[in-house]
Amino acid sequence: MMGMKRDKKDEEDASGGNPFHNVEKTAVLQEARIFNETPVKARRCTHVLTKILYLINQGEVLGTTEATEAFFAMTKLFQCKDVVLRRMVYLGIKELATIAADVIIVTSSLTKDMTGKEDTYRAPAIRALTAITDNTSLQAIERYMKQAIVDKSPAVSSAALVSSLHLFKSAPDVVKRWVNEAQEALNSDNVMVQYHGLGLLYQIRKTDRLGVTKLVAKLTKMPLKSPYAACHLIRMVCKLIEEEESAGGEVTSLMDYLESCLRHKSEMVIYEAAHAIVNLRRTGPRELAPAISVLQLFCSSPKPALRFAAVRTLSNVAMTHPAAVTACNLDLENLITDSNRSIATLAITTLLKTGGEASVDRLMKQIASFVSEISDEFKVVVVEAIRSLGLKYPRKHSTLMSFLSGMLRDEGGLEYKASIADTIIAIVEDNPDAKEAGLTHLCEFIEDCEHTSLAVRILHLLGREGPRTKQPSKYIRFIYNRVILENAAVRAAAVSALSHFGATCEDLLPNILVLLQRSQMDTDDEVRDRATYFYSVLSRKQAALNSQYILEGLQASLVTLEKALLNYVQQPNEAPFDLKSVPLAPVIEERLVAPSGQIDGAGSRAAPASVAAPTATRLPATATRQDVYIEKLSAIPQFASFGPLFKSSAPAELTESETEYVVRCVKHTYAQHMVLQFDCTNTLSDQLLENVNVAVEAPEGFDILLSIPCQKLEYSVMGTCYVALSLPESVLSSTGTCSATLKFTVKDCDPTTGLPDSDDGYEDDYVLEDVEIGVSDHIQRSAKASFGTAWEEMGSMNELQETFSLPAIRTLDEAVRNIISFLGLQPCEWSDKVPEGKSAHSLLLSGVFRGGYEVLVRSKLALSPEGGVTMQLSVRSGDAEVSELVASAVG
Amino acid sequence: MDNHVLEPSLYVIKGIAILDNDGKRILAKYYDANTLPTAKEQKAFEKNLFNKTHRANTEIIMLENMTCVYKSNVDLYFYVMGSSHENELILVSVLNCLYDSISQILRKNVEKRSLMENLDVVMLALDEICDSGIILESDPIAISYRVSLRNDDIPIGEQTVAQVLQSAKEQLKWSLLK
Repeated sequence: MMGMKRDKKDEEDASGGNPFHNVEKTAVLQEARIFNETPVKARRCTHVLTKILYLINQGEVLGTTEATEAFFAMTKLFQCKDVVLRRMVYLGIKELATIAADVIIVTSSLTKDMTGKEDTYRAPAIRALTAITDNTSLQAIERYMKQAIVDKSPAVSSAALVSSLHLFKSAPDVVKRWVNEAQEALNSDNVMVQYHGLGLLYQIRKTDRLGVTKLVAKLTKMPLKSPYAACHLIRMVCKLIEEEESAGGEVTSLMDYLESCLRHKSEMVIYEAAHAIVNLRRTGPRELAPAISVLQLFCSSPKPALRFAAVRTLSNVAMTHPAAVTACNLDLENLITDSNRSIATLAITTLLKTGGEASVDRLMKQIASFVSEISDEFKVVVVEAIRSLGLKYPRKHSTLMSFLSGMLRDEGGLEYKASIADTIIAIVEDNPDAKEAGLTHLCEFIEDCEHTSLAVRILHLLGREGPRTKQPSKYIRFIYNRVILENAAVRAAAVSALSHFGATCEDLLPNILVLLQRSQMDTDDEVRDRATYFYSVLSRKQAALNSQYILEGLQASLVTLEKALLNYVQQPNEAPFDLKSVPLAPVIEERLVAPSGQIDGAGSRAAPASVAAPTATRLPATATRQDVYIEKLSAIPQFASFGPLFKSSAPAELTESETEYVVRCVKHTYAQHMVLQFDCTNTLSDQLLENVNVAVEAPEGFDILLSIPCQKLEYSVMGTCYVALSLPESVLSSTGTCSATLKFTVKDCDPTTGLPDSDDGYEDDYVLEDVEIGVSDHIQRSAKASFGTAWEEMGSMNELQETFSLPAIRTLDEAVRNIISFLGLQPCEWSDKVPEGKSAHSLLLSGVFRGGYEVLVRSKLALSPEGGVTMQLSVRSGDAEVSELVASAVG
Repeated sequence: MDNHVLEPSLYVIKGIAILDNDGKRILAKYYDANTLPTAKEQKAFEKNLFNKTHRANTEIIMLENMTCVYKSNVDLYFYVMGSSHENELILVSVLNCLYDSISQILRKNVEKRSLMENLDVVMLALDEICDSGIILESDPIAISYRVSLRNDDIPIGEQTVAQVLQSAKEQLKWSLLK
């Protein structure tokens, strides 16, 4: 009916039901001139305005001039009384507010509509006004906003509350004054007003925990009419529980409230409560049970969204409490055939986590039947489930591996393929039985892999793991095929992988040399260079050379190496460049975290990234934390004579986190010196600190050389001061404890401007916690690909052996972690992973002591029958005193 | 995976979109400056979303770290997007409100042609449902009441004779139906 009218009126309607089909920007803006005619033709103007809004919504960009012109033309339409037109004008104002200039001009028109009699104008006028209001004009409308919040029309009240929330972002101080009005809105009979009132009230009180506690205590007693508001309250309660927990407060009543919400009449609220309980950190099996049974009911709901929500939450629970979800197994089985593939996938992955070993084969078959139909995101979820499964049931590796290799062959994006490859790599590293099969699958995959980065990673893995398998020769063909068929980056990686085989397997060496010789004719520089380099190293047939120049690779930090070389070239120098002068790149510590994460079986999102770390970040090309420090320290002339930076420790807090002054200390070790860097932050807004320094009492043997104060420490701006120490001559006394005190001059200042009230200040000091200097501060981690070779090479010249008993430590895992963190050495050959159920383990560690002495530690651990762990520690290093220091460190 | 507590906030809707049966945008609004900030990314997302959803009418899907609930009728597809941690049922309630309000505005005639003819009112309805990511109203009756003030208010001078007749017929018809 309406359409008929339009059809006659507008010519362009011809195009298949879309009257806006051929709308074009310049033409429409021309048409907008009609806005200026009097009297206003409401219907025609509405149509033109709709076109403009449609264009903007389609992504058309208006320039400032265009937008401003249209905006000003639009203001003329305020003369007309047509309701739809007026409302479209409000929409137009909101759309153009961010593009056009001088939008503030319509403030008075909107204020008039907002305070007028017409209810249908008032609510949208308030919202349009919010879009054009800045902080200065907010003062002028504040009175109206307060009135509107408590208006008896729900639409007006909601509009005002929602607008206040938007305004809170830019003018929190003004909006905070409306707290009484918001409080009144909370008691409204209208559900939406109640919801918006609660939202605003929480936003205002958010930072005041006592205020929130009171609000929650009140609201949990009076039932909220709006389901949205109830959901919001549940989230507030959860946040409060987490905060109270960490502050050691009592939360039982809050937990009881959450549980009571499971009996709410709205499904939305029930689900919110179940989801909340499940996600709380403190939740144990007892709290979990009622939430799970609610979710179980939802699993058979006719609404897909509800089933989805339930199974998704259950799949999360399955990661942390698999036993609790077992009760739902039957319901989950029914969902495997759900027409919504997302639900089916989640159901299966959950079952994989909760089900027994016996059901694995059947479930894998089920997944295979529809894996091609689901989106990449969900395929990744499936792959992650398989990863945790592989770690849980090592015996099932053949089923899983063949499934994964099938998935590898299917279509899919890089992220998906990478997650499969990561999973195979993880299973290979974790389970020696699966190694051969996994490597074979990966070999087949790179035969037809379009992602260069993935192929390079797999070749690197083959180079590392392949030579140690029973039959290394069978991998050579796959690798050499890459040399013939692929692009330059993959060819280069393949050449490197080949050289690893040559270095490790003597019987293959002649063949490898022939292959490398061929690659010396390659068209690409990098490939040729690598082939030539490896050829000349390998053809010497010296094990030491091989391990140093092929297996170990470059361990220096690349960014620093680049700088050192640049310096060397710029200053004429007779002596050859010394690689030892370049600090070692710290081995990325994530590697230590990854395995423990996997053992938890969480298969968490973080895990694939960190497992990838060792291969991907062997030679970090970007600036690491240490490089940033080097940059900073080399800018200070006093430290120039200390030589290159050897190691920087992780920052240690010397204060509690919420005190007046926050100080963190980073220890920088040089060959003969140590620089303590104190990062200080002043958390008092009414104080300005000047001449800030840290007074340190050095342990015996250490001398304080100089102290560089921080001139000025403004509120919440971090300042840094330094103290330089010379290290004692004897290596044996290079550990100790320094007491530290922060000393400064205080000037009181105006909190808003930060300017001091007067020029006089007074001296003050603040006692900090002690700075510990341990063995690990003198040692840089460095990985050894083959610990045994390195151990033999080092010889027993400076070997020390000691036996300790560690009664306080109960598991081998704990012992391994403690030793690593205490000595600051790098575990080699995955020896930081303790196989389950073993009572003895040997941990292999390597690193470099300052001054360039290599340190190797072999530590044999055994669980002693009377509890505790017994450890035999053997240390080899380039220096007798270093060996002694390291050996004595543990005791 | 996401063992974290949701930050209590009223900003729950990340986007609302109405697409036609070629997957082309009729109306779409994205409320979160951090998700899909440019028109190009938005259109790419819509294309992907449409491809994943137009065949199977299964109400819910996760895509690009968002939970999307959807509903279709004849040649129209309605979508509501929220964070992947959002309560799915809240999103569904907004979707239902969107669909039911539009259905009322279009007098149960939910198809592209009639929607395009009433695009102005549909825009107003969308604006009444969600304001910059906050659910403003979830009751379709309230929405259609707030926006559907059309026929009765045309100044008589601007109506043609045919229009006057038409609206007279209309009113007669409705009074008979009641």
